[in-house]
Amino acid sequence: MASEARKALFEPLISNNPIALQILGICSALAVTTQLSVALIMCLALTSVTAFSSLSISLIRNHIPSSIRIIVQMTIIASLVIVVDQILKAYSYDTSKKLAVFVGLIITNCIVMGRAEAYAMKNPPWQSFLDGIGNGLGYSVILIIVATVRELFGSGSLLGFQILTPISEGGWYQPNGLMLLAPSAFIIIGLTIWVIRALNPEQVEDPDFEMQQAHNSNAHGATIATTSKGAF
Amino acid sequence: MRNKGKVMNSKSFNLAGKQGGFFHLPNDNMVKTIGVALVLCLVCSVIVSTAATVLKPRQVANKQLDMKRNILSVAGIIDDSKTVDELFEQVETRVVDLQTGEYTEAVDAQSYDQLKASKEPAFRVELSPEEDLANIRARAKYASVYLVKSGNDLEKVIIPVKGYGLWSTLFGFLALEGDAKTVSGITFYDHKETPGLGGEVDNKKWQASWQGKQLFDQQGAAVLELVKGKVDSSSSEAQYQIDGLAGATLTSKGVSNLIQFWVGDNGFGPYLNKLSGDRRKSALNSEPVTGNRG
Repeated sequence: MASEARKALFEPLISNNPIALQILGICSALAVTTQLSVALIMCLALTSVTAFSSLSISLIRNHIPSSIRIIVQMTIIASLVIVVDQILKAYSYDTSKKLAVFVGLIITNCIVMGRAEAYAMKNPPWQSFLDGIGNGLGYSVILIIVATVRELFGSGSLLGFQILTPISEGGWYQPNGLMLLAPSAFIIIGLTIWVIRALNPEQVEDPDFEMQQAHNSNAHGATIATTSKGAF
Repeated sequence: MRNKGKVMNSKSFNLAGKQGGFFHLPNDNMVKTIGVALVLCLVCSVIVSTAATVLKPRQVANKQLDMKRNILSVAGIIDDSKTVDELFEQVETRVVDLQTGEYTEAVDAQSYDQLKASKEPAFRVELSPEEDLANIRARAKYASVYLVKSGNDLEKVIIPVKGYGLWSTLFGFLALEGDAKTVSGITFYDHKETPGLGGEVDNKKWQASWQGKQLFDQQGAAVLELVKGKVDSSSSEAQYQIDGLAGATLTSKGVSNLIQFWVGDNGFGPYLNKLSGDRRKSALNSEPVTGNRG
């Protein structure tokens, strides 16, 4: 049981990361990562929503009629998100203004519902809770990486503190405008996935299709070469 | 029936054993489906409304603090060493009857909520399509103004403005110098324009370019507007023009419109006229009046 719990908590960090391996929750990872401070609040909000939605869904999982289970999950998630939004507005007004609509969009974040449907519906509450925290943290790891790179190279600062002084303020650094645009997050997430998979070759998926050379008697050998090349 | 066994055998948290009846029903039973949906909705709505009600006072306080901070920053008297409330003591809040341009005591200046009032029939003034430059359909009868004085001299007048941009209503404050026709600053505290395009109304550099611009031309018409591209500083019109926001034509248009509406005849026009008129009277004794506006 203890090892199950540990697995639920730590596996999503790297080896089963919701963004890097399951490729869930990309949209908000693009939207809220231009500043590290905003990304951190978003991580906190998403982690708590995922944890508590998994917990409550797991508590009632044996009584959820399968015909309305998605609606039940959505209702629970939506209520939690509204509560989080209200709390942010009351205790962290400036950040809630910056996050604006994205807090509400946690409802549509695939990680929350993905974990509810894939894990919390089948596992006991405590483990589901840990799984929610684990996946929230896995999401946070990627968001923090992306936000650090984007804020550092896009604005020359981290958490609002100037680190690389831009030319416009008398320094030497020419801020990279691309980093402030959404596509840069795609590139950074892609590179992160590359690094993770290079370190954990077992994460590399089998190719959907194999390149084969027509009219080649040695086609099988060529296939192996392509596949193994893909792994590294 | 398949689910029933699962319910009975589950070792984890299980309501079935204790309560019987409803919880013993199979999950795909119609009664249970509707029952679960009802109970869930009830529980969720109680949680949501409790959170909303309990946190409301804090949220309102935050909003007010934010508004005060915005007024202070547009007036250029923000100071990190003092709290917002301390700084706000030098700001006088008054209520103006927009039609006559006179101060009014009909409502309490401290507690008057102009936005709320613009929705109440008793305080609501409908605007005809021709009048409604800012696309807001109706305005409140009375409006709040914030005065910064040094001694008896009026240093700055801050008026609330709002109007439709591209996606949303922009809410902001326009600060005028004591002459009630020169812009001293602008800020928008709430809008949902596209970040990076229309959202650039938050750009401090752009906001700083408003300083010193003139709201009215020689004839007294409200002419200040955002132009496409950059203002040609050699042009004689430059004092009535502000750089447009790149890639945000409709937001720029909306900002021009809302400024012209709020300083115009259906907005604060009569009040601003009185302010600059008063100044003219007091100046009459010492120097002849030049520059006439209606």
